[in-house]
Amino acid sequence: MAVTTPPMTAAPELVRQRLQGKKVDAAGLIFRALLLLALLVTMAVLVVLLVEVLTGGWGVFTTRMGEFLTGKLGSSAARSGIAQGLRGTFFIGAFVVALAFPLGVGAAIYLEEYAPKSRFARFVDINIRNLAGVPSVVYGLLGFAIFVKALRFLTGPGSANGATVISAGLTLAILVLPIVIITAAEAIRAVPDSLREAGFGVGATRWEVVRSHVLPYASPGILTGTVLSLARALGEAAPLILVGATTGFLSEGAGYGLSTLQERFTAMPIVIYSWAGRPQPGFASNTAAAIVVLLAVVLLANAAAILLRNRYEKRR
Amino acid sequence: MADTSVEVAPFSVASLRGNPGRIRKEAAIRGVFFAAAALSIVIMALIVLTLARETYTFVSQVELAQLWSDGWFPRRALYDIRTIVVGSVLVTVIAMLVATPLGMGAAVYLSEYARPRVRGVLKPVLEVLASIPSVVLGFFALTWISPEIVQRLSDRASLFNLAAAGIGVGILTTPLVASIAEDAMGSVPKALREASYGMGARKVTTSVRVVIPAAVSGLVAAFIVGVSRAIGETMVVAIAAGASGGSLFSLNVFDRGQTMTAAMASLATGTDAVVGAGLTFQSLFFVGSLLFVLTLLLNVFADRYVRRVRQKY
Repeated sequence: MAVTTPPMTAAPELVRQRLQGKKVDAAGLIFRALLLLALLVTMAVLVVLLVEVLTGGWGVFTTRMGEFLTGKLGSSAARSGIAQGLRGTFFIGAFVVALAFPLGVGAAIYLEEYAPKSRFARFVDINIRNLAGVPSVVYGLLGFAIFVKALRFLTGPGSANGATVISAGLTLAILVLPIVIITAAEAIRAVPDSLREAGFGVGATRWEVVRSHVLPYASPGILTGTVLSLARALGEAAPLILVGATTGFLSEGAGYGLSTLQERFTAMPIVIYSWAGRPQPGFASNTAAAIVVLLAVVLLANAAAILLRNRYEKRR
Repeated sequence: MADTSVEVAPFSVASLRGNPGRIRKEAAIRGVFFAAAALSIVIMALIVLTLARETYTFVSQVELAQLWSDGWFPRRALYDIRTIVVGSVLVTVIAMLVATPLGMGAAVYLSEYARPRVRGVLKPVLEVLASIPSVVLGFFALTWISPEIVQRLSDRASLFNLAAAGIGVGILTTPLVASIAEDAMGSVPKALREASYGMGARKVTTSVRVVIPAAVSGLVAAFIVGVSRAIGETMVVAIAAGASGGSLFSLNVFDRGQTMTAAMASLATGTDAVVGAGLTFQSLFFVGSLLFVLTLLLNVFADRYVRRVRQKY
């Protein structure tokens, strides 16, 4: 039986015209253009910001990069450096990694594996969501009252009066703890139940199932969340101000020894904050250069997290 | 036929219990994880307690006249709440005027229009923007937004002004709004869109009349979370609004100003500990309590809206 097929060349265009009418979809085009505009404006802001900061800080990097990275805070813009800021940020990161990560992942394991859907888990879940929404300055008040004042004998009994990198690290660890728990819990929730059941089926205890099945499977997701929260902690300034980070001169606070933990401190975001407020022109370029350094750290951490997640999403 | 009875080891309930060492270890591990989970409750309790204690001291000792004066000068015992609350409201309104169209627009584009490959490029860019520290945006607001945008809008704008700070906070809030809004639209089932196309609706009609109404609770939640974030944002305002020390009551967004958060930061900046006359220290906690209660209410409210979308689909 012979079937005559219509000529295919003109058909799709013809069909579309018949279906749509001959009108141009003006409203649709305008709507789409507006949406794209919103996205492009957002990106343009990011580009302008990066360009501004890079050009502003360029002079500092070309003329005195070594001195800038190793120098201390001072009154002269041409001689000030960020060594103490880098050191403070390093220790804050260390505290977050050492405290917030294990505690956060542990809490997530409890909520998802040991007591899912219990009344306790639901209560903790609501509580964590509320904690995640508390403004960072309020955490600064908590850190000030607990670590700087009440626990002064531990955090800095000497001249620093508790306003040390220990207090700062503990405060920021508490600040990011809810974020770590939420992201880790999401990653653990995504682990298929069949994996757990297989483990229980061969007689493993809950911890054995968690350790050798759930955590390895969820680890990329957990790692992504923890790296993002580390980046958040490194860029946070407001709680540090409340905890008493030094904004002016600082003679000490450049050493990396354990004994230096109880000295006065500053951190990269605080350096940027205090320099941004100074009217002398040299400090503007210093600020831009310090921002470039901070952004390099924060964006590298984020890029790592995003790459990690994309790879892991592809694998599924 | 051979005898089938075999010697059976005595079998009791005890042999079903397993290795006691293993059970003890299991219980200990469970206890550790429980402690980690309970820690978040302790933290919340500590926040509420520290805030409540100093706030009580402040409220019980402050005179009403000090709370309603010409401005916020805590070191001179003038705690005009009006000044900093109005400052916060102004900054938040400006921020949301920026963040709502940008964030929602970006979210609709990413969720309804962008092809997967385009989305794979654009989404990380938004995430990079979300990760930029607020001090950086504060510096940007002061050195670029203020001279290039705000001072062109108004000749009389000072370099430090609330409008620039508000725009900066808005840019900071945009990725957050976009991400929650996109999640909400992503959870609208495909069947709704297909039904709409099946009726012959255009893409724009489907987006505006079907997807957005279906996701409206999530979009409201995105807005509320954005407001809460904007109110709590500190560093952008502390750097770009430039009212260290204190501020007179003012409704002029082209002038210096103070928000609740920036007032706290500036009170704590540059001194060993917070010092000042009388109740200055306690005033810090009083403002902190206001902020805490306000953002908590907003977040609880937003959470309810998010749940509504989840329950529906």
